[in-house]
Amino acid sequence: MTTSIANTASSLPGETRAVDPLTGKTPDGGAGLPSGGSVRRSNQGLVHGLLTNKKAMTGAAILLVFIALALLAPVLYPDNPSKITGMASQEPDAEFWLGTTAKGQDVLALTIHGARSSLFVGLTVGFASTFIGILVGLASAYFGKFIDEALSLTTNVFLLLPGLPLLVILAAFLPPGLGTVILVLVVTGWAGSARVLRSQALSIRSKDFVAAAVVTGERPLRIMFGEILPNMASIVMGTLLACIIYGIGAQAGLEFLGLGDVSTVSWGNNLYWAGNEGALLTGSWWVFVPSGLCIALVAFSLALINYAVDEVTNPRLRKIRKTAKTNQIPTGKRAAA
Amino acid sequence: MRFILRRLGFYLIAFWVSITLNFLLPRFMPGDPVSRMFARTQDRMQPEQIEQLRKLLGVDDRPLWEQYVGYVHNMITGQMGVSISRFPAPVTEVIGSQVGWTLLLGGTALVIAAVVGNLLGILAAWRRGGAVDSALPPLLIFIGSFPYFWLAMGALYLFGVTLGWFPIRHAFSDTIEPSYSWAFVSDVGMHLVLPALTIVLVSIGGWMLGMRNTMIATNAEDYITMAQAKGLRPGRIMFRYAARNAMLPSVTAFGMSLGFVVGGALLTEVVFAYPGVGYQLLAAVQGLDYPLMQGLFLTITAAVLLANFLVDILYVRLDPRVRSN
Repeated sequence: MTTSIANTASSLPGETRAVDPLTGKTPDGGAGLPSGGSVRRSNQGLVHGLLTNKKAMTGAAILLVFIALALLAPVLYPDNPSKITGMASQEPDAEFWLGTTAKGQDVLALTIHGARSSLFVGLTVGFASTFIGILVGLASAYFGKFIDEALSLTTNVFLLLPGLPLLVILAAFLPPGLGTVILVLVVTGWAGSARVLRSQALSIRSKDFVAAAVVTGERPLRIMFGEILPNMASIVMGTLLACIIYGIGAQAGLEFLGLGDVSTVSWGNNLYWAGNEGALLTGSWWVFVPSGLCIALVAFSLALINYAVDEVTNPRLRKIRKTAKTNQIPTGKRAAA
Repeated sequence: MRFILRRLGFYLIAFWVSITLNFLLPRFMPGDPVSRMFARTQDRMQPEQIEQLRKLLGVDDRPLWEQYVGYVHNMITGQMGVSISRFPAPVTEVIGSQVGWTLLLGGTALVIAAVVGNLLGILAAWRRGGAVDSALPPLLIFIGSFPYFWLAMGALYLFGVTLGWFPIRHAFSDTIEPSYSWAFVSDVGMHLVLPALTIVLVSIGGWMLGMRNTMIATNAEDYITMAQAKGLRPGRIMFRYAARNAMLPSVTAFGMSLGFVVGGALLTEVVFAYPGVGYQLLAAVQGLDYPLMQGLFLTITAAVLLANFLVDILYVRLDPRVRSN
């Protein structure tokens, strides 16, 4: 589903894999890692770069609107959104801005309330998978040898097992509910972030300042989280965003198939009911358009921020000025020179 | 050679994991799906069916390790049991009748998306800041943000229901007998357009951005400057020099996507009621047809692993660094 885009936005999906077994190097071309001392300054640079980046700000603005809507939903529509309030399949008008479903529910209320579950699951899944990814990646890179072999093998197996069918199988065997949805999404989602974070952690592990920390007798946990982790802030952020996108998209997919918790109101469930009640065939476009559009807008805003993180941290991807272009010499060269 | 063997070993482990997962899931999950299914279907089932289900799902009295050995043996030899929802057809037969449609739909969509996406990526990277480079990536990211199934619903509504340009369900019309005639092939083609189009639309952005980003890095290499200094034609440098070396990550991504396609077209298939493995998987889940469900999952996994192994072999051919290792 959304994974193909998500992967590419954070790092090229194939590249890590291609390079990994040979050299253990990361695909992170020219980003250049700061040494331990300048961590704080470089992370400030990332924040500053994002704040002045148009893509990042557009993305953040869209995202904030949705978070605000989700938080304000009980104020805007204090009633149960699933309550039948109007005639069946009404077109959008002054009373129901987005029309009603085939049951006569207010589509706008359903959409706004849907944001709560969708954002909650997306964020939870995103943070949880990234957290597991960080743990696995750091442990792999720091301890190396047998632990690395075992963890990498597990990661790669999980990465290779087809995600959506696995989701469906797991959801079919587990009792339905919100907890199941989150659990299943984390189980299928952590591997991607673990691989990206491992290869980045590996390249930092080989830096001198980490060796220095080992020699001075720092505890492993402190080296992993105090020395290595802060130096990969941008990759962690990119991974987190990709994982949230995955979480929101996969939840919607799962619920659309009717494998979520059908009693909750969420964007995925709205679409499930729209499909179930034949909104497509009766031509009630207003029932299925809003929820899908919301999912897309949230995913898009996250992808924009992700893209901006890439741009800020990788100078080669930054926009080049048109005037600098005189002939067809590939411009990456000029940026590097 | 060592590389290939290593990869082969890895895929075997992955396959073993998925068999084991299949074995463990019905046995250790809370909520006891087995009794749920028995309660629902008992009166419709033959005694021998119940017997084989008990074996398959682990409600017999043998010790666990014995069940496990038997299960692995059965799966490897292709004895996946009999489907419940489509009794008395064996699971393998049901899967066999579906797999072709998924391969057709997924294969068509994947090839189109990969070829067009990579070409766009090459063009975008070659003319940084040009029309292709500045307009397409944001647009494609936006389209790619839509859920698969939602784009499919939109396409179905717009082109199928409202405009009536394309058929909205199944892989071919009920009125036509399957044969190798022009009428049948064109009918299948018409049914293919909308599902394939939605998959292409969603996935093309990933291909383009991936290719673009690698290609930008490749363009900065010295040998490109050298080629330009020699006065080679831009088209030749673009395709034979730069793109050729930037292709490698795309090749790996292709292997990954092949697997993605077998299972990932699931949602699209469901929306269009396209009779592939994804559609069947959902039907099996809804009908609590556990043997078919497990068989489908194993088939999909096996297809993914096989595709990746083939790409690995291709990779050895393409990348000399792997060979010299």
